[in-house]
Amino acid sequence: MAELQKEDLKIAHSRWRGVTYTKVVSKFPERKARFEGSSGIEVEPLYTPFDTENTDYLENIGYPGEFPFTRGVQPTMYRGRFWTMRQYAGFATAEESNRRYKYLLDQGQTGLSVAFDLPTQIGYDSDNALSLGEVGKVGVAIDSLADMEILFGGIPLDKVSTSMTINAPASVLLAMYIAVAEKQGVTADQLDGTIQNDILKEYAARGTYIFPPKPSMRLITNIFEYCSKSVPKWNTISISGYHIREAGATAVQEVAFTLADGIAYVQAAVDAGLAVDDFAPRLSFFFNAHNDLFEEVAKFRAARRLWAKVMRDRFGAKNPKSMMLRFHTQTAGCTLTAQQPDNNVVRVAMQALAAVLGGTQSLHTNSRDEALALPSQDSVRIALRTQQIIAYESGVADTVDPMAGSYYVESLTDKIEAAAAGYIKRIDEMGGAAAAIERGFIQNEIEESAYKYQMELESSDRVVVGLNKFQITEAPPKGLLKVDPAVGEQQRAKLAALRGRRDGAAVGVALDALRQAASGSDNLMPYIIDAVKAYATLGEICDTLRGVFGEYKPQAAY
Amino acid sequence: MDKKIRVLVAKPGLDGHDRGAKVVARALRDAGMEVIYTGLRQTPDQIVATAIQEDVDAIAMSILSGAHGYLFPRVMELLAERGVDDILVIGGGIIPEEDIPALKECGIAEIFGPGTLTSDTVRFIRENVKK
Repeated sequence: MAELQKEDLKIAHSRWRGVTYTKVVSKFPERKARFEGSSGIEVEPLYTPFDTENTDYLENIGYPGEFPFTRGVQPTMYRGRFWTMRQYAGFATAEESNRRYKYLLDQGQTGLSVAFDLPTQIGYDSDNALSLGEVGKVGVAIDSLADMEILFGGIPLDKVSTSMTINAPASVLLAMYIAVAEKQGVTADQLDGTIQNDILKEYAARGTYIFPPKPSMRLITNIFEYCSKSVPKWNTISISGYHIREAGATAVQEVAFTLADGIAYVQAAVDAGLAVDDFAPRLSFFFNAHNDLFEEVAKFRAARRLWAKVMRDRFGAKNPKSMMLRFHTQTAGCTLTAQQPDNNVVRVAMQALAAVLGGTQSLHTNSRDEALALPSQDSVRIALRTQQIIAYESGVADTVDPMAGSYYVESLTDKIEAAAAGYIKRIDEMGGAAAAIERGFIQNEIEESAYKYQMELESSDRVVVGLNKFQITEAPPKGLLKVDPAVGEQQRAKLAALRGRRDGAAVGVALDALRQAASGSDNLMPYIIDAVKAYATLGEICDTLRGVFGEYKPQAAY
Repeated sequence: MDKKIRVLVAKPGLDGHDRGAKVVARALRDAGMEVIYTGLRQTPDQIVATAIQEDVDAIAMSILSGAHGYLFPRVMELLAERGVDDILVIGGGIIPEEDIPALKECGIAEIFGPGTLTSDTVRFIRENVKK
């Protein structure tokens, strides 16, 4: 901007603020004394070129596909191809989930996303006493390779990419996936997909852990190493802010805690002797898309820039792919209301728009009935159609990073980045993410934000349409999906039959070898793959590891 | 001075989503109650044992995994087996409307679904504790 022109703008700006704006505000006060986003960053009435004048375009914004990737990780973004439309699904048995996957693929979905039930996520077989009441409820029950064979029956694993939401036993489920592919004649180097494999956020926000942090980190770095050699297209981790946000974190906290976890994984792998550029290109992220459209877009842009700097400056990465923050997004389940559930379709559409404007690589849109039950088939279809309408009809995918240069969005991107970097510094001073979680710092910060949000809701400082304003009297919703309680019984019967027909001696040999390897320092993946192929169950494999590693016990609550 | 109401906030089952449980626990404490929060993955046996040992006036359980149909009634059975009938038991979480009658039938006093104000939970406990 030329100096003279800048002077003129400054004069015009102070006149507008001092006269035009002030005059109106004195007569007609604004709706709130202070406007702010989820992270407490104040929202000004107006943003102008002065809010971005100190930004060095090349250093901080740059070009898509180039450092610092603020404008996106690919040069063409959605002009090349749309994001992957990936609806998270799975319930009841492998047979039923397999039918749902085939339906979704027929409807134009381009990737699978597998939800596992809680016993599977915590490494218990369906016949464990702790599994009672939980089998097949929030996802599909997988006890052994036999279930995985059914789950992916008739689905060509060299053609679809599969995301699996599995953390503590991620190594076991990945081993099963590799084994199923092999039976289909698909080699491991053809496999494309993601395992979530993010244990730190389990301790901090989601609670689905098995082992203590140290052996958990070892399993994760074993997977990084194994995949870098044998499953090169696989995303070995999806470092997840989603659950941190769902647990109540703000946008800034979501970026900060997720990237702090990411730093811990990279550090662990480097400490284990891996070269950063060998594994970092396969790291991926998972974020939430909440309600505040501009704050969310800025959040994604800030996260990309911050990660690029961390990887270059802190870890000395040389490969640009190591610096790219690629991410999956899911719309915010916690914003959905059980009241007037159709309103959720609109919320999800706006959140999905934020994800697309923010440059996501894949997207899950929540279904309108998720505050009531698992989504019905009709609801899932509307959620998928929402993505398709944004992609094909809205035009927002036709140019790269269309929000760039918005004075507001650029200013917010800077502020979110700075605030998140401040948190990461504090976490570094505590000794990193694992130490910050151990002392309860991250959990407490999230809890504070969750409570503040709830109190704002109760005082109606925060309006949720249909919940604390514009309420109506409603009849109970119909057509909710219900998992047949017989699923638990069926699953237990299948498991008993499997135990009867498999080669018990081979299972014993494989588990013994795994136990020995776990006590030493070998990479555990080959041992887990052998055990899986012998039809050792998930529970048996995890019990073997529990025997060596022990179990994580959180500090007593209060 | 009145004795403080003691409430056990519990997460039965394997589900780790405890945002609701923690928010409720804090709201009850802010309302002047004594709150014991068990943390995650409590079996019905553990919940009942803790409730008796801590001599609570109320148990508030939270579930959103869909396992309420098994776990809530199991807690009521175990309370009955131990001869406890003076503890108010309430539940919350993602619980379909159509499941509520059966849960009330087995003795759960009230179910608080998504969007419940914590002030409503506080008031309900105050008005309905049995001892």
